[in-house]
Amino acid sequence: MSPRDTSPTVTGGSFRTADSPGAPDAPGGPGPAAAPRTGPAPRVGRRTEGAWGWLFVSPMVIVLGLFLVLPTLMALWVSLLHWNGQSNPFSGQAEFVGLDNYQALLTRDGLDRTLFATSLRNNFYYVLLTVPLQTVLALALALIVNQRMLRGRGALRTTFFFPSVTSSIAVSTIFLFLFQGSGAVNTLLSWIGVKGPNWFTDPRGILSLLLGGLGVVHPDRPSGILAGHSFMGLSWFEWLSGPSVAMCTIIVLSVWTTSGTFMLIFLAALQGIPRELEESAAIEGANRSQMLRHVTLPALRPVLFLVLTLGLIGTWQVFDQVYVMSQGAPGNTTLTPAFLSYSTAFGDADFGQGAAIAFLLLALILTMTGLQRYALRERTARPGRKQ
Amino acid sequence: MTSKSVTAKSLPSVRSRGPAVLGRLPVPLRILGYAGVAAVGLLYLMPFVIQLVTGFKTDPDAAAHPLGLIPITPTTAAYQRLFGLSQAGDGVPFLRWLGNSAFIAVVVTAGRVLFDSMAGYALARLRFPGRALLFGFILAVMAVPGIALLIPRFLVLNTFGIFDTYTGMILPLLVDAAGIFIMKQFFESIPREVEEAARVDGAGVFRIFWSVVLPMARPAVITLTILSFQGSWNEFTHFLVATQSSQYETLTTGLARLVSGGLGGGTQYPLKLAAALLSTLPVAVLFFCFQRYFVQDANAGAVK
Repeated sequence: MSPRDTSPTVTGGSFRTADSPGAPDAPGGPGPAAAPRTGPAPRVGRRTEGAWGWLFVSPMVIVLGLFLVLPTLMALWVSLLHWNGQSNPFSGQAEFVGLDNYQALLTRDGLDRTLFATSLRNNFYYVLLTVPLQTVLALALALIVNQRMLRGRGALRTTFFFPSVTSSIAVSTIFLFLFQGSGAVNTLLSWIGVKGPNWFTDPRGILSLLLGGLGVVHPDRPSGILAGHSFMGLSWFEWLSGPSVAMCTIIVLSVWTTSGTFMLIFLAALQGIPRELEESAAIEGANRSQMLRHVTLPALRPVLFLVLTLGLIGTWQVFDQVYVMSQGAPGNTTLTPAFLSYSTAFGDADFGQGAAIAFLLLALILTMTGLQRYALRERTARPGRKQ
Repeated sequence: MTSKSVTAKSLPSVRSRGPAVLGRLPVPLRILGYAGVAAVGLLYLMPFVIQLVTGFKTDPDAAAHPLGLIPITPTTAAYQRLFGLSQAGDGVPFLRWLGNSAFIAVVVTAGRVLFDSMAGYALARLRFPGRALLFGFILAVMAVPGIALLIPRFLVLNTFGIFDTYTGMILPLLVDAAGIFIMKQFFESIPREVEEAARVDGAGVFRIFWSVVLPMARPAVITLTILSFQGSWNEFTHFLVATQSSQYETLTTGLARLVSGGLGGGTQYPLKLAAALLSTLPVAVLFFCFQRYFVQDANAGAVK
């Protein structure tokens, strides 16, 4: 679930070339090994090698086939049923309803659609805040620990990265304690005279709080145009109210845990920048901020896109933290599509609906990834990119 | 470029690089800089320190002084409950969770290292029909978001009758696409002449793989071992949908139930935080011993 699980995904950008070293070369193909053969002919013929090949990949084929391909197909079928998880969904006992589950989520008025729209709204705000924050923070951390003059860089690197290797459940437990009503965070806030909210029970959207504070909208009685119009069962006001206070704690937690992983990715890229580039810039009289703007950041552009893509994939899948910290409460403001899919299937025993949500989420993530890939390709194709 | 990312030797050395071309900052700025960096470092450390300390507090103390770094009345009550030493009979089946987690992590790690290496080797070196197709399949698999597989996995486990068994918990995790990818990249970086020589000496395919190539791939194998262990130790969602009975609870699912109020009333934060701390400990130790291999993983995804 965490971004690091998916980290190799995007290496896909370079797969076009990845295969070349291992491409099947004819016996006696290029390379030093192709020197005139004097020894006995290889004992392994093409046929036996092929058999060994399939033998070697068979565990992978079986496991991924049984627990990835087959389940996906089965779930696609189940998403077309009304199935409560009891009988066998393939025996015809469960009622076939076609696209009804999808219609209930997308087009038909009702609680199903309202909940789905709410989960999308929540997750959207989560992505909107988490992705930029974790990216900027990770870049800043990487720039800090890349400073040669800084003492204790190794210890700092460890410190920043450590939250990323711990389990999301354990870390969520800590944050539950820190953000309680009378917890550490609110105690800290009280030192500077701020009365912190009751984080996990506060469903108010921060945007509406902000606008309410400025007197633009009244949070309890939103003005006509915002309350009078709706989209997918949610009023405009509900769409625009921003992440709830409770959701903000999950955002803080995510940014805190993932910034270390992305810091390492940035760090690797920073260390790949040729020293000569910086030296010549320094000789030409560039100062620190000019160096950052004209040398460092341009060189980081491909990695920046990688980090954004990974962040996007990861943030649309937020589940563990929601499960432990809030289960969607308060007022469904931390409900996410992933958690809704789980609770619909396993909580309400409506597996057809749950599977439909999972497929809509899958489609959403694949679309986002595709768009990002496209953007990435455009950028990396630019002439003059550092190689 | 990509294969480069996995080989240990070609990784950028962490120490020697970094911009030193600009002069030192003036002293006041440097002090300010160090203060800022220390503050950020504290932000990342403090939650763990608070966790450690709170585990030795009483419930009222934890509630009243959430920031207190010294327990007012230090107690090991939380740890006694976790290890079944409590007289009150309010123990938490922590040792069972620990046993399940350890068992599953060890089996999954062993399976992944073996099967991922075999598949990676076949994809990198052996010629067989369908190889390109299979590699494309691996890439497609890596693009599938894990969260979309929750219900599907449950369906299959249920159909095969292995829901709520160790088999159902372990089998689906035995192979992972990312691991295969790492191994394939590494095997491609090993010179072919080594295998040619072994072949000339009369070694078969399995012997070459097992006695020649696999030992050479030690850095990649270590990386994969650590990542697999960490991954299966921290795994949560799969166990959540693959099991039902408490006898199969692992540290993650058990802790999640404990935290969401499944085991007795009250906030019990010292108990929860002590359990969370203990469940993190093995991975933490692993992390501090083998840091550079974790770093390698992040780089493997990064270098393009």
